[in-house]
Amino acid sequence: MKVSAIITLKKDVLDPQGKVIHQTLDGMGFKDINEVRQGKYFEVDVKENDPIKAKNIVEDMCKKLLANLVIENYKIIETQ
Amino acid sequence: MKSSVITFPGSNCDRDIDVALKKFGFKNKMVWHDDVELPKSDLVVLPGGFSYGDYLRCGSMASKSKIMNSVINFAKSGGLVMGICNGFQILVETGLVPGVLLRNKYLEFICKNVFLKINNKDNPYFKNLEKNILEFHIAHNEGNYFCTNDQLKEIEDNNQVAIYYCNESGLTDKNHNPNGSTNNIAGIFNKEKNVLGMMPHPERMIDQSLSGEDGSLFFKNLINNIK
Repeated sequence: MKVSAIITLKKDVLDPQGKVIHQTLDGMGFKDINEVRQGKYFEVDVKENDPIKAKNIVEDMCKKLLANLVIENYKIIETQ
Repeated sequence: MKSSVITFPGSNCDRDIDVALKKFGFKNKMVWHDDVELPKSDLVVLPGGFSYGDYLRCGSMASKSKIMNSVINFAKSGGLVMGICNGFQILVETGLVPGVLLRNKYLEFICKNVFLKINNKDNPYFKNLEKNILEFHIAHNEGNYFCTNDQLKEIEDNNQVAIYYCNESGLTDKNHNPNGSTNNIAGIFNKEKNVLGMMPHPERMIDQSLSGEDGSLFFKNLINNIK
């Protein structure tokens, strides 16, 4: 079963890459931007087929490795 | 005095620190990340470099490697563990020292000499050091120290800041903050002060003809403190 998770930077954490992307987009003519924040996306294919169990496994991975909870939040967005 | 330097895949300052430790009297052993047991040591060093290609987050993979269980146990039992540059990034990922290291504020890889103000000398690393300001070298892309406000308060209350970026006379302000670090923090201790993580490289300052001697002062003092 495939489980997808996104990792995003917490609100107060500086995101210099997001800022540069914002500036570049602005220079390209995208003038209607308030802010750009960059994050990460993971798709983990686990051997578990029960969606709740699979989700729990990936959530554990997020807590222990995929995200650093000092600066990042994680969210399981899809299981299929 | 015995020391161990852990080599991770992608470490590239492991031999430099080996040279430095031996030059000032340590009997040093190189330890592979996949080993389980740590040799008997008075000091363990996590060296600089780019462990695991900096994948995911700098230091994140290395912090989960086999040998780190022994290093964490060693640290928790009071053993001296020093992480330099990527070693510091590994230490924060283990949780042995608080906070994280983000991309440098201006997205540049910074490679230059910096001045550092020692904040706390009541520990085996800086006790009895004659100087209060040291000149070391930094070379990093992710050295922007960050922690939550609660963590910062705890760090300051426990006097856990080891060194600050400053100018030649010890002024710590925004103009002398190379990477955007919170409060100019360049290195921190754990609560007990036996674990030190810092971005600057003392091992690159052990020869006057190459760079400078402030690293020599640091290592000479360190081995005397441990003896």
